[in-house]
Amino acid sequence: MMKSIVETRGLTVVRGHHPVLTDLDVSIGPGVTGLLGPSGCGKSTLLRSIVGVQRIEGGSVTVLAEPAGSAPLRRRVGYVTQAASVYDDLTVAENLRFFARVLGVPDIATEAARVLEAVDLGRQRDAVVGELSGGQRSRVSLAVALLGTPGLLVLDEPTVGLDPVLRRDLWALFHRLADDGTAVLVSSHVMDEAERCDRLLLMREGQILADDTPAAIKAGAGADDIETAFLMLVEGDGAVA
Amino acid sequence: MSPRVVAAIARRVLTQLRRDRRTLAMLFLLPTLLITLLWWMYSNDGAVFDRVGPALLAIFPFTIMFLVTSVTTLRERSSGTLERLLAMPMGKLDFLLGYAVAFAIVAVAQSVLAVGISVGLLDLEVAGPVWLLTVVAVVDAVLGTALGLLVSAFARTEFQAVQFMPALVIPQILLCGLFVSRDALPEVLGALSDALPLSYAVDAMTHLGVATTTAEVWADLAVVGGFVLAGLALGAATLRRRTA
Repeated sequence: MMKSIVETRGLTVVRGHHPVLTDLDVSIGPGVTGLLGPSGCGKSTLLRSIVGVQRIEGGSVTVLAEPAGSAPLRRRVGYVTQAASVYDDLTVAENLRFFARVLGVPDIATEAARVLEAVDLGRQRDAVVGELSGGQRSRVSLAVALLGTPGLLVLDEPTVGLDPVLRRDLWALFHRLADDGTAVLVSSHVMDEAERCDRLLLMREGQILADDTPAAIKAGAGADDIETAFLMLVEGDGAVA
Repeated sequence: MSPRVVAAIARRVLTQLRRDRRTLAMLFLLPTLLITLLWWMYSNDGAVFDRVGPALLAIFPFTIMFLVTSVTTLRERSSGTLERLLAMPMGKLDFLLGYAVAFAIVAVAQSVLAVGISVGLLDLEVAGPVWLLTVVAVVDAVLGTALGLLVSAFARTEFQAVQFMPALVIPQILLCGLFVSRDALPEVLGALSDALPLSYAVDAMTHLGVATTTAEVWADLAVVGGFVLAGLALGAATLRRRTA
């Protein structure tokens, strides 16, 4: 049994009178885990529940052995939303310094330089965020999430709209972080990103269709790629455990 | 509460303001320009300027801070930065106090400028101590900040936030005693005026304009301070770590 970083039991979330997640049991371990599914399937809601910013109707979410959203986790979970949650009117360095102070990171200058290096924005450190491209802004947001080396990094569609080179570099970064001991949970609606994950959760309409390595999911469905496997799982209506 | 986080937020808000030249100009020059306009309007009758000038020194900082704070915090709510901060080790009160401290610092500069020019250049006659006039103006600006923080919770867009100004600020200006003295208001309106914070701020200013005693001023200031604390406490209640 692998060590689990995130554990949901009977998680139920209702938004605007519609159940988004119903009685969901998910277990996420170390490494890079991909949460894949179409837009609106409940990926963001699940991620928000794990970070502890989602109001939940029932069930429990445990992260790094603490209840999700509890005070001890606020330093240990990094979260990047789809919108770049940084200040457009501050420079990259000012954003990092501010969030580092809120987190109480000891050596702010060194830490800011380290995370900037990680997302390859060293040259943009004194640029005002509002003047950067969309891809650069989302990397600033990612850099903020890396401050203080969290034990779990939750990323909601971080690669949307990025050019392929940058996308490849980001996936390489996720794996480096995972090798250094940070569990990484990445959502995406692009099926071709599935192959880059150590483990996959395929999600549709609030249900987990499959939870395994990419190779095992393809083999189980008898498909050559994840997209086909996804279709077969939906049409065959049988979930791979 | 964490002083480290409060200081970080105050510093960050001030850095953002420093970058925004137009807002800075609005914050520092507008009150002074408006009071100069009034001085000019009443240049044939200095007594009227002496009567309404102190009241305006209370009204302008309040109004401008209300507007600036409600829009700034709303932007923080809608951009996702507030959600990010709430997922970090930041207390709700830290957030509000950080804003209050930053805008209080701005208010000090703003009020010193407005009071200094009114008294020094425009010959506003003030019977009470001028420094106390400045203190009232600052507390008043902080009141604007506290109420602005609170209403930002009830607006979804910056457009809606701006609409709170005519809805919540103008009635206070009409009923604060500037147009009709508060004891001459119809009974119901008098009671309403008694329940509004700006009335006390204007009372304090008006008193300083004509009298040298300060006890009444401190009493009015205490009431305004109470509204500030209530506004911050209610504002904290509107910040939710978990949202639907």
